[in-house]
Amino acid sequence: MIGGHRRFTPLQRLLHWLMAACILAMLFIGVGMVSTVMPKYLTLVSIHKPLGIAILALALIRLALRLRYGAPPLPADLPGPIKFAAQASHYAFYALMIVMPLLGWGLLSAAAYPVVLFGGWHLPAILPQSDSLHTLLWDAHFYLAFAFFALILLHVAGALFHALVRRDGVLETMASAVTYGEVAPAKQGRHEV
Amino acid sequence: MTAPHQSPAFGSLAFIAVVIAASAAAFAYTAGWFSPQRLTPGKLVAAFAPPTGVALGHRRNHAKGICFTGVFEANGAGSELSRAPVFARGKYPVLGRFNLGTADPNAPDATVRVRGLGIRISTPDGQEWRSAMINAPVFAVSTPEAFYEMLRAHGSKDPNATAAFAAAHPEFGAGLRWAKNGPWTASYAEERFNSLNSFVFVDASGTEHAVRWSLLPAARPVAVSPDELAKRAPDFFEQDIARRVADTPQHWTMVVTVAGAGDPTADPTKPWPADRRTIEVGTLAAQQVQAEPDGPCRDINFDPTVLPSGMRTSDDPFPAARSAAYAKSYDLRTAEARDYPRTTTGATP
Repeated sequence: MIGGHRRFTPLQRLLHWLMAACILAMLFIGVGMVSTVMPKYLTLVSIHKPLGIAILALALIRLALRLRYGAPPLPADLPGPIKFAAQASHYAFYALMIVMPLLGWGLLSAAAYPVVLFGGWHLPAILPQSDSLHTLLWDAHFYLAFAFFALILLHVAGALFHALVRRDGVLETMASAVTYGEVAPAKQGRHEV
Repeated sequence: MTAPHQSPAFGSLAFIAVVIAASAAAFAYTAGWFSPQRLTPGKLVAAFAPPTGVALGHRRNHAKGICFTGVFEANGAGSELSRAPVFARGKYPVLGRFNLGTADPNAPDATVRVRGLGIRISTPDGQEWRSAMINAPVFAVSTPEAFYEMLRAHGSKDPNATAAFAAAHPEFGAGLRWAKNGPWTASYAEERFNSLNSFVFVDASGTEHAVRWSLLPAARPVAVSPDELAKRAPDFFEQDIARRVADTPQHWTMVVTVAGAGDPTADPTKPWPADRRTIEVGTLAAQQVQAEPDGPCRDINFDPTVLPSGMRTSDDPFPAARSAAYAKSYDLRTAEARDYPRTTTGATP
């Protein structure tokens, strides 16, 4: 999965930042909507469902890109446990990006709610109606949302640590959604330790 | 930065800590953790709990009910108001539930003033129209916040709480007058059920019409005194509708009322003038009745915001609040299914 290049491909970077915005919005909408009975509840729910399906589609594209193009290598001097944590977090991100929308779709299906995206356009049920399945999937969706947000906080803290403290070029592998010249940015901020 | 030293790292670490803490705080704020006064679905649903405690596994309100299946036969006239497929002339399957407005699934039928009807009409394109109506001609209060206060007043140990609430909410009077003086019938089949909330229908040209709707019974309503009803069996309502439907399908005419200019759409305590245009759009037939424990309506949420394209919510704040609260009630009761056992094994919805 590890490519020899210094940065993620432009398409990978574009998807990363686009999905970062979508997923953050999704998590805030999710915790917001389940805590209000005001009219914005319906607005938030009507965004939550199609946005979740959009994230699922983007995540599958992104997974294919990752399998095809891999990721730039982490700095050779990164301690083993940190390297392991970084790689494990990527697996967790892909799992959550794909599983969370499926859990949402599944819990709606198990409750026999129509999965309405836009207007009269809706998705089929992916599970039979079942109170026990609904409960299981609802709980998983709810608690994994908090785990997802915690993982994002760790990810942001890690990225900032690489950028501000280690200055090892890791942030630059993903920085900027658009391409500028490949001037080996990994070396630009290299900080002698 | 040319030489390594300690202070920039410390500043960077502090910066990272602030970013992470602020993000976590924003998330917690959005989730309502810093807003104890926010009216959440959980608080609204909990306010229904009777002093004896909630009936686990059951709906948190309108807890007593019985399922039915049937058809909605559209006559085509509704297409003038809405492009929803359900108004195209034809027959569409219905899943429904007759119910009583109580948090106690074992309440004697005669003790419950509010009677309800939930329906789900499905069209072949996979769209659904869900509606939950009651027999009251107007709703009790104007806003979800006032509704929550009303529930709190009812549940209060202070004997004057409800009177104080009524004094502070003059709009409460109309509903109260109906509760005290409105006629009682002895059958679901004789009840008129009203949407109360306003919705917006969108026709084929994109023109919007603010509407409310009602189901008018084909059976002639016979007024019965509450004292007379109190002498009957605790479940006489369910026995009656099961017997009537087994005998012959029971019918209601669906009538849509179109708002005039300036009619109050945001306040379900305010009836519209009696001369407003009404359109008969079809007939509901209840053809089979099933007990709730194994019935097909048991695990259906009659969420009034599940609407086909061609219908949407209006500026009435209640459908959103009902949707949020019904979902919470649904999540709670489906997680408590073992406390409300199905009577036969292998029953499928």
